[in-house]
Amino acid sequence: MIGEFRHNRLGVAAVVLIVLLIAFCFLGPLIHPSDQVHANIAITNIGPGGSHLFGTDANGYDILGRLMVGGRDSLEIGVAVALLATLLGALWGAIAGLTGGALDALMMRVVDTLLALPAIFVLIYLATVVQPTVPLLIAVISLLSWLGPARLIRGETLSLRTREFVEAARAAGASRTRIIVRHLLPNTVGTLVVNATFQVADAIILLATLSFLGFGLPPPAATWGGMLSQGTTYLLDGYWWEVYPAGFLIMLTVIAFNLVGDAIRETVDSRVRTR
Amino acid sequence: MRGFLLRRLAQAVVVLLGVTLIVFLLERLTPGSLAHAILGPRASAQAVAAFNTANGLEHPIVIQYLDFLGRLVRGNLGYSYRLNQSVGSLIAHQAPNDLILVGLGLVFALAIALPLGIAQAVRRNRAVDQIATGAALALYSMPSYWLALLLIAAFSIGTHVFPPEAGQSGATAGILSDPKGLALPVLTLTLVNVAWFSRYLRSAAIDTLAQDYVRLARAKGLPERLVLSRHVLRNSLLAVVTLLGLSVPMLLTAGLVVEYVFNIPGVGLSYYTAAANADYPVELGVTVIVGLATVLGSLLADISYAILDPRVRR
Repeated sequence: MIGEFRHNRLGVAAVVLIVLLIAFCFLGPLIHPSDQVHANIAITNIGPGGSHLFGTDANGYDILGRLMVGGRDSLEIGVAVALLATLLGALWGAIAGLTGGALDALMMRVVDTLLALPAIFVLIYLATVVQPTVPLLIAVISLLSWLGPARLIRGETLSLRTREFVEAARAAGASRTRIIVRHLLPNTVGTLVVNATFQVADAIILLATLSFLGFGLPPPAATWGGMLSQGTTYLLDGYWWEVYPAGFLIMLTVIAFNLVGDAIRETVDSRVRTR
Repeated sequence: MRGFLLRRLAQAVVVLLGVTLIVFLLERLTPGSLAHAILGPRASAQAVAAFNTANGLEHPIVIQYLDFLGRLVRGNLGYSYRLNQSVGSLIAHQAPNDLILVGLGLVFALAIALPLGIAQAVRRNRAVDQIATGAALALYSMPSYWLALLLIAAFSIGTHVFPPEAGQSGATAGILSDPKGLALPVLTLTLVNVAWFSRYLRSAAIDTLAQDYVRLARAKGLPERLVLSRHVLRNSLLAVVTLLGLSVPMLLTAGLVVEYVFNIPGVGLSYYTAAANADYPVELGVTVIVGLATVLGSLLADISYAILDPRVRR
């Protein structure tokens, strides 16, 4: 599968882009260290150039350094949410699809119920009740994001469970757990990987929106969404460097993950077609 | 058909009950006690006791939930002590603004995305398709507020073509008081929706084009224009029905962000303000309405789909 993926130029370019973004956020501060905790009002709103390549913001933070640090939480939370939500959704969907009957109906109504509540509304409410932290955001966004994969995997399970190899396993006396873990889930790996990639993108947008609205991680945490939110205040003053780089990076990251998802889907689909 | 309708309605009722249960539990999550959250941290013990009695908070939690349900059924969404106004009347006053905003964004988006999706499917993988797919991906990957900011930068700052803020009249549907102010919020929502819809409508049209009846229509010499309008467009409309039903949460989320950026007095902005001021009754009341809208959206979509396409009435 990796061999086939290599032929998808756009997909490979997107993977390279993601690697570069990760290096920028996690290795960048080693090359370009900056203080992102203590404000320095002597150097506020300086334009790009000199020792501050991308300028400084209203608190005197170096923008380039802040862009590096600000992406860490987005990437960490995005990837963690994708993994957790996909795992939870896959198990939920596989159990519901394989069991069928009343349990399936009940499990899917739980999914419908959570889908009826847009994530941003729930997250904003929770942020007013408890102070957001990285683990808390991972947990809550995961709990709101596993619904898509659950529906997808239930659908796949419904078609897979009547196939010969599952019937053979059942006839051989395999337990339900074994059928799910050994036979169903491995056959849905393609769907799961594609979905997980898109979930990273969705989680990053959700997180950035939350920060933009002021309900994200509290200071001194630096986030792209938070930078954008603060920079917007100064857009009319012409301090464009406080706005555009952060928005551009969010967009670039999300595009990269969406492109990788598209590319993996094409690879998986072509395998299905040639099989 | 009747069996399908009853089953689907029962499902919707179960989901709605689930939504109210979650909102009820969220309400119990408020830090300290509900009484303190509403009366303030320095409320006296007597005031707290009186509040608890007045709101039935000394009953067991199951009875409290049933009370809560009973109030909702009677149309009582709660009372905002901060605004000194019932949540129901607040929403009723502001919902017209939301309906105008989201409705316009939806109509314009469909007018663009429907023909675009079909055009992309017909010219699949050619330049037109690739440009449109690329543009949709870029738009789809933008947080909606970022798109709104770019539009403000382009059309308000410097050029002054459109104002960066919507009409601020307090009257019902006051958003219409300044039609020019509607331009950028509606444009933002339209672009967000087009990005979302065109991906879906493109693949729906591609599926339709591969069907035998399209091949037959072409084989019998039906002009391409009629093939597209009679067969492809009609089936794409079917996809639109599903799409609309599924997109209610997306529309409401984008609506909230756009109302925040353009300062539009709608339900979304009220939700934001309520959250910023810890006005829990408004937050929860709005969440119930949002859940209701989502459930109704998918219910109506499924029923319309069943009417339009008899194959799903199993």
